[in-house]
This record gives sequence, C-alpha cells and structure tokens, in this order.
Amino acid sequence: MKAMRYRIKVGSLNDIPERLGKTVKIGPNEIAIFRLANGDIRAIENRCPHKGGVLAEGMVSGEYVYCPMHDWKINLKDGKVQAPDFGCIKTYETEIQNGEVIVIL
Amino acid sequence: MTKQKLVLVGNGMAGVRTIEEIIKLAPDRFEITIFGREPYPNYNRIQLSKVLQGDTSIKDITINDWQWYEDHQILLYPGETVINIYPEDQLVFTSKGRKVQYDKLILATGSLPFMLPIPGANKEGVTAFRDIKDCERIIEYSKMYKKSAVIGGGLLGLEAARGLLNLGMEVSVVHLGDYLMDRQLDKTAGKLLQKELELQGMKFYLEKQTKEILGDQKVKGLRFHDGQEIPVDLVVMAVGIKPNIQLAKESGIPFNRGILVNDWLETQAPNIYAVGECAEHRETVYGVVAPLYEQGKVLAKRICGKESLPYKGSAVSTQLKVSGVDVFSAGEIFENEQIKTIMSYDDYRGIYKKILIRDGKIIGAVLFGDTGEGNRLFNLIKKEADIFEYTLSCRNEQNGCSLVATIADEEIICGCNGVKKGTIVNAIQSQGLTTVEQVKGYTNASRSCGGCKSSVADLLEYTLGDQFKRQEQNEPICSCTTLSRDDVIKEIREKVLTMTMEVMRVLNWKTEDGCSKCRPALNYYLGMLHPLLYQDERESRFVNERLHANIQKDGTFSVVPRMYGGVTNAEELRRIADVAEKYNVPLIKLTGGQRIDLVGVKKEDLPSVWADLGMPSGFAYGKSLRTVKTCVGDTFCRFGTQDSIAMGIRMERKFQRISMPHKVKMAVSACPRNCAESGIKDLGVVGVDGAWEIYVGGNGGTHLRAGDLFCRVKTQEEVLEMAGAYLQYYRETAHYLERTSIWVERLGLEHIKSILADKDTRQALNERLDETLSVLKDPWQETINSGEIQKELYKTVNIPVDIK
Ligand code: SRM
Ligand SMILES: Cc1cc2nc3c(=O)[nH]c(=O)nc-3n(C[C@H](O)[C@H](O)[C@H](O)COP(=O)(O)OP(=O)(O)OC[C@H]3O[C@@H](n4cnc5c(N)ncnc54)[C@H](O)[C@@H]3O)c2cc1C
Ligand code: SF4
Ligand code: FES
Repeated sequence: MKAMRYRIKVGSLNDIPERLGKTVKIGPNEIAIFRLANGDIRAIENRCPHKGGVLAEGMVSGEYVYCPMHDWKINLKDGKVQAPDFGCIKTYETEIQNGEVIVIL
Repeated sequence: MTKQKLVLVGNGMAGVRTIEEIIKLAPDRFEITIFGREPYPNYNRIQLSKVLQGDTSIKDITINDWQWYEDHQILLYPGETVINIYPEDQLVFTSKGRKVQYDKLILATGSLPFMLPIPGANKEGVTAFRDIKDCERIIEYSKMYKKSAVIGGGLLGLEAARGLLNLGMEVSVVHLGDYLMDRQLDKTAGKLLQKELELQGMKFYLEKQTKEILGDQKVKGLRFHDGQEIPVDLVVMAVGIKPNIQLAKESGIPFNRGILVNDWLETQAPNIYAVGECAEHRETVYGVVAPLYEQGKVLAKRICGKESLPYKGSAVSTQLKVSGVDVFSAGEIFENEQIKTIMSYDDYRGIYKKILIRDGKIIGAVLFGDTGEGNRLFNLIKKEADIFEYTLSCRNEQNGCSLVATIADEEIICGCNGVKKGTIVNAIQSQGLTTVEQVKGYTNASRSCGGCKSSVADLLEYTLGDQFKRQEQNEPICSCTTLSRDDVIKEIREKVLTMTMEVMRVLNWKTEDGCSKCRPALNYYLGMLHPLLYQDERESRFVNERLHANIQKDGTFSVVPRMYGGVTNAEELRRIADVAEKYNVPLIKLTGGQRIDLVGVKKEDLPSVWADLGMPSGFAYGKSLRTVKTCVGDTFCRFGTQDSIAMGIRMERKFQRISMPHKVKMAVSACPRNCAESGIKDLGVVGVDGAWEIYVGGNGGTHLRAGDLFCRVKTQEEVLEMAGAYLQYYRETAHYLERTSIWVERLGLEHIKSILADKDTRQALNERLDETLSVLKDPWQETINSGEIQKELYKTVNIPVDIK
C-alpha cells in the first residue's frame, strides 16, 4: 500500500521571516521551514546529520543553510551535506496556497 | 586530434599530484578519469594527524575540491573501487560494474595499514589510522570511552597518541623495540623523546609484544606475551603499512613488495604505470610524500612524451608532527667503525644533535629539541656535501646573517614538494606574491605537511623586507571573493555601500548570497563604518548573536545577565533564584567571568526569563565586551592600592554592547598580585601606588598569550580615555574574528603605541566610539518590548496531530 500523504498548514507566509528559519513541530516530526531571499519556501528535517544541530537556527545563504553547531553546509533542495562533509537529511515538499504555507508529509 | 584516455586508479596524494603535473605540461592532451575508493575529493592525508590533534578540521584538509575536477574536465568517480584490469583490452572494471577504456593507466593505490594478525584484532574498537573514516571513528570513540592504546611507537603511532590525548583520552603506547621511533632515531634521541612525551601524559610499554586483544565483541584490554594485561576501550594499530598491490596482483601485473616499476615509473605491463606508496622502485618502497612527488614529476613527463631524467630514488627525512616536540632525522643514523660523528647534547635545555660523517661527507643527522637546522642538513645529506660546508655555514650564522639569506638558491625549502629557495624567491619577485598562501598556490611550497611554513614566511620577509608584514592582510576574506578585508572596506567607503547584499552584488561576489564566513564579517564592517545609519542584519548574524543567548548542543539556550564588575546583591540573587525555579532551569553555574549562567533555557521562554530577571544582557554570546573581572581592591584588601571594583564597573558600563571584531574581555586588579588576571585579558588594568598600568593583547583561551604593558596613567578618566581609543582602533583595523592577541602581533605593539600616543588621534577615535555607543540599546529589553521580534524569532510553531 502506498503511504498516505498528509498536507499540513503550518501558518501564513508572512509569519516566516525572510532568510531565517522557523521550527515547526508537527506531531512527532520537527521541521525547519525557511524563506529564501528569492521568496521560495523550503522545508527540511530540523536536525543536522552531524551531531543533531538545530538547523532552523542556521544561517541561510542562497539555497543552503549552515548548521549553527559546526558549520556544515547543507543544500535545502535535496538535503545533501556539501563536501567535504558527508550525509543527507530529509526534505519535504511545500506549497503556498492563499498565502498559507503547506508542508506535505 | 582526439584526446587520449588517461585513467588514474586512486584519488590520493601521489596520483592526483601526478595529474596536476600532467595538466601543467599538456592541458588538453588527455581525457582524464579518476577512480577513488574514498568518497571525498583529493585530500591531504598527512594532516589527519593535525585533525586528530584538533589543530585543523576535515573540511580544511581538502587539496583539490570538487570544483577543481570540474574546472579541468576530470571525470571523478568518488567512492568507486577498480576491481580488475584487462591489460590486453586496455579496460578497467569497477565495483559498480562500470567498464572504462584507457590508453594510459596509472596505478596509485597507496598502502594499506598493516593489522597484526592476532586474536581479537577484528573486535569492535580496534582501528587503523590511515584515512578520514579512521579519524572520525577514533574521534567518536573518544567521546564514549576513556582508555586507549596505540600499538606501535613509530611516527604514526606517536602522532595518533598525541591526538588521543588531545581528545581527552588516557593513552598507552605499546612498542616492540626498546626505545621509540627506533627506525628513525638513535637511542639517545629516542629516550629524550620518551621523556618529553611522558611529560605530555603518555604512558609507555616498551619491549612488549601484544599477544591478544581481549573482550567479547568490544575491546576490553590487551594481553602481552609476558602475560601482563592492561584494560583499554580503543586500540589504534600503527605498526606499519604495506603497499596496496591487490589490484595489480589480480590483473597479472608483476610485483614484489610493491608494484615493480623502472626509472620511468613504467610497470612491466604496456601502458600501465604506477606511482606512490604502491610502487617499488629499485627495491625501495617509500612511505612519505617527498619522493612520491618526485616520482610524479618524472611520470608526468614520461606520459606527456617529454624528455626527462630518470628517477633514481630519493633520500628521505622525517619529522614528528607533535606540538611541543621537535624531532628530525635523515639519512643514515647509526654509527659504525667507518662513520664518525659530531655530537652535542645540552641536557639542561633538552637539545641533542648528531651528525654522521663518512669519508668527510655528511651522510645522516638526528636532531632533538631544536630542528631549525633540519632542512639545511637534509640538503647537505642529499648532495653528500663535505662536512666543511656545514661548519662554514654555522659560522656565517653566528656572524648574524639570517639562515634563509645565507643558503644557496638551489637548496630545498619545502621537503615534501621539493621546492627550492631560488624558485620561491623568483616567484615572489616575478609574480608579486606577498603571502604564504600565495606562495603555496604558486609553487606548492608548504602545501603538504606544512612544516616549512615559517621558512617560507622568512623568505617572504627576506625578499620583501618590511613590506611583508603590511601585505599580509591581503588574504581574501573568504572563498566567495578575491577581495581582502582592506579592499572591501575601501570599496564600502568609496561606493557608499550600505547592505550586505549590495556589497556582494557590486563587488561581484562569486556566490549569490555569501557564506557563513563573509556574511557576519560584512555585517560587522558595515556597522562599524556607518554606526548611525546601518540597520543590523540579524539574518547575517550567527544564531547566538541573533537570539542574544548561547545555543547549547540540545538546542536550548543559556542566559547570562550582566553583573557589573562581578558585583551582585541579595535582591538580585533572589530574583535569579526565583527565575531558575519558575522555569525549571536545569543548571545554575558560576562562570569563569564572575557571574551567573542559567543553562538550558527553552527558546520560547527566553523573553519572559529576561523580563522576570529584570537585568540587562551580559553579552556572553557576543563579539562584544564580555566581562570586566575585578578583584576586591583597596576598600577591603590589605594589599589594594586602588579601587578596582569601581574602575571595573565604570569600564563595563561604558563599553558594553558595542560590536567588536571578536569578543573582548577585561579585568581590573588593584595590585600586581593581579587576582583578577589582568595579564591575560584583551585589556587588563593593574592598579599600583598612584597609577594604573594598562596591559593589552592578553588571551587566556586557545592561544595563551600574556598581555604587554601598554602604558601607565594616573586617573580613572585617563584609563577610560586610553581604553576607548584602543578599542576603537581595534574595531577599525582588525579583521573580523581576529582577537586582540593576534591583532597586536600583526600590527606590532610599537605601532599601536605610536598611533595612540597622539592626543588628537585618541580624541578622534573616542568620538567615533561614542557615536557608536550613542545608539546602542539593551537587546533583551528590546525583545521584551517588541511582540514582533518575539513572534518572528522566538516562537516555535506547534501542530499537535497524530501521524504514523
Ligand atoms: C560560560 C563560560 C564557561 C563557564 O561556565 O565558566 C564559557 C562558555 C563558552 N565559551 Fe568560553 N566561556 C567562559 C569563559 C571563558 C574564558 C575565561 C574568562 O573569560 O575569564 C576563556 C579564556 C579567556 C579568553 O577568552 O581569553 C574562554 C575562552 C573561550 C574561547 C577561546 C577564545 C580564544 O580566542 O582563544 C571560545 C571559542 C571562541 O570564542 O571562538 C569560547 C567559547 C565559549 C562558548 C560560547 C562555546 C560556544 O560557542 O558555544 C561556550 C558556551 C557554552 C555553552 O554551552 O553555553 N570560550 N571562555 C564562561 C563565560 C564567562 C562569562 O561570564 O561570560
Ligand atoms: C596520519 C598520517 C600522517 C602522515 N604524515 C606524513 C608526513 O608528515 N609527511 C609525509 O611525507 N607523509 C606522511 N604520511 C604519509 C603520506 O600520507 C603518504 O605517503 C601519501 O598519502 C601516499 O600517497 P599515495 O597517493 O601513494 O597513497 P594514498 O594517499 O593513500 O592514496 C591512495 C588512494 O587510492 C585509493 N585506492 C586504493 N585502491 C583503489 C582502487 N582499487 N580503486 C580506487 N581507489 C583505490 C585509496 O582509497 C586511497 O584514497 C602520513 C600518513 C598518515 C596516514
Ligand atoms: S564551556 Fe568553553 S571550555 Fe567548556 S567545553 Fe564549552 S567551549 Fe570548551
Ligand atoms: S551538528 Fe551540524 S555541523 Fe555539527
């Protein structure tokens, strides 16, 4: 059976400050939502694969976030950690509907 | 012309260096494919020792990053092993089922660490020390366990052991011989080394053969042949390496200990070459990079069809990369009837030197304690120089000529990369190089083990004279730009730039939106240059400075309110206690800065914790003034000569909240006993009878440095005036993230003194500082007052749903 997909409203676009992250807890899942400089929204798992740094607090630069703990650089689109570090985190699809941000789980 | 297909197996140090040489000789001749078993771009294996010792990080040891492969149109398959070669069809076959045709094939598969075939060697907690993976595994282990053992007291073993100590583990080194590094040192030097390392905290088991590794699944201990057992949780095997010849073996390419090559690095199979630690040349297999790079040069010429002299083998030298211990050895080190020695031993300073001479020629040397002569001796050994040449150069030095000035142009400065003095001096002059980084980029000097960095710096200084020091500031601020800090500041001023985005766009940044290095730096520079106009960009601040609290490893924060001069009162303490109870603060701690830390506060609670405390932010998270520690002073202490508490409080109130290039710490003591530790502060004040002494550039942190006496003044007002001018000069001239201790050394104490000696200059600096101060507010209060800030930065969204 194909897993169910949930569409979850996490708040209005205006509540997410530009070039900053926001922590969203949806049930047991902790997700970091970012609004990039170009207006796009990205959603990723909120924990760094290195030592669990909180990614929502990282510095956002273009399509990347730098983990606040030890500065790993992570691509917000595909979740890949940039070389020379290694690893990957989960990314979530997002949509914007009538100014509301929706995360698809 | 269609390109020839060149395939390299092994993305390591020797192989990739050979490719670099080939690209230099014939940039367009080959279509290059590289297979590397490790999932990283080409990195500096040598520096793994430094990574383990905490001096550098894995991401800083990359030699050629992914971009380099792209720039040279090299197809790299990282994490892919070549498992077979079919020489007749000129094909290689990989672990991922890929088949690739070659016209020329280079094998550079390096070595494998030798693992003792003893019972228990496959238990969890036994590791080699060869690659990034090993290094990470060791670091992981060090966090969970306390006791470690290194088997093998050679170079690699001792470097690993030093790393383990730095990682906080207890370390036992087990060694078969009766003294350490017995292949590179004589017994005297080996014993000196042992004494030094024992002082550093290592424990040694000499003349011990390990018989068995104990434990169930995990390592529990070691048992030696004599029956003795020691408990350990981690075992690093560093007993030697063996050339990695498996691929050659399977593919029918002749080998002995290593893959057999001739003087042109050709194997006995057509169009297949071998280079590096996997190759055996004239019955020798090498284990350090200098000879491998020489091989690479010869091979590159051969493959490109250029004339070259044959490779005839190399002399090697070794140096131990353990801080605080200087050891050097080269050539033959054991005396016999035909060999005479020059020896000196300074027991008091722990300096030992032995030079070995046969038929009047220098053939080897061992140095302990002072290895400054290492390179020169190595050069003399390589050309089998007359001992007379050595004694002569010693005399020159005593006459006051600097070492780099006296040596000949063809002498080698960088042993690893074989770079001669003449080449470096030439490059500096013809290319206008001004920094060690640039020399490294242009000539390869200091690119591998880094041991010759100081000689390269000496050469820069010798070639450029005074210009060198000033020029040093010209490093780009990060890899997003080629501009240095000074260039950027100049442009910001001239073009009147006012936002980080604008700076990056106008100055042609290579990245769209900067990185975690340049963004905070630009934010600082802009704020420093336009104190009244600039709107601080919180998104360009590191989390701590954005949220005004220190992030903890679990994502909670710490709260450190100001306690000016380390002075508090009962009412304040009561409020702190109440807050701690109300918010269930897990840890209340006295900091090293004379105040109280509430550790483990949830982010959402921060604004109300601050409101309930009713105290201003202590900026314990900021590139800003941290604390002003004070001692008891003359109101109570029997030795006190001045009111240190009042002085300290005035300083803390005056200089708090200003953005600085790095954090700034201060202290005021009331007599030279210096109970507030003013001697290791960015700015320390010591009261003496009728005067205040000001010390600068002290640091009690990573790079311990005692402050220098800057001046003596009479009154508290003069202290504030001098301190203000000093801080503003630091703000205006330091690189972002440069502590005063480094800055003072870069600019020179005398230079700073001479600038601040002028009263008008001081006044102008203080005016600019006061301007900055005039608009600063307490950030905690600002947050408490602004619902907007609270919502944007401190609120987490909680959606209670049930999802499986
Ligand atoms: C809280 C405190 C330890 C304590 O409980 O005593 C502390 C805690 C931290 N120090 Fe420190 N330092 C503390 C006093 C010191 C001192 C002693 C002093 O100030 O008298 C030093 C050496 C003195 C010096 O700096 O010259 C010190 C040298 C460092 C360094 C090395 C700085 C350097 O330039 O060498 C760092 C790393 C850095 O800043 O890059 C650091 C960084 C840190 C950080 C902020 C690490 C981080 O970035 O997360 C620590 C936060 C821990 C946490 O989880 O909250 N801490 N740190 C002390 C706070 C003092 C205060 O009241 O503000
Ligand atoms: C901790 C440490 C400290 C050191 N310190 C020094 C020092 O101070 N000075 C010094 O001169 N030397 C030092 N060395 C030695 C130096 O690192 C080596 O001499 C050098 O790296 C050898 O280069 P290489 O290219 O022959 O082998 P390597 O650098 O090991 O490269 C070989 C690469 O080939 C890959 N490979 C192997 N087989 C295959 C295959 N079939 N398919 C694809 N890929 C394959 C391997 O995974 C490896 O990445 C040190 C080594 C270590 C481990
Ligand atoms: S508080 Fe300071 S010394 Fe202690 S672990 Fe953190 S950074 Fe290191
Ligand atoms: S936890 Fe993210 S870099 Fe270490």
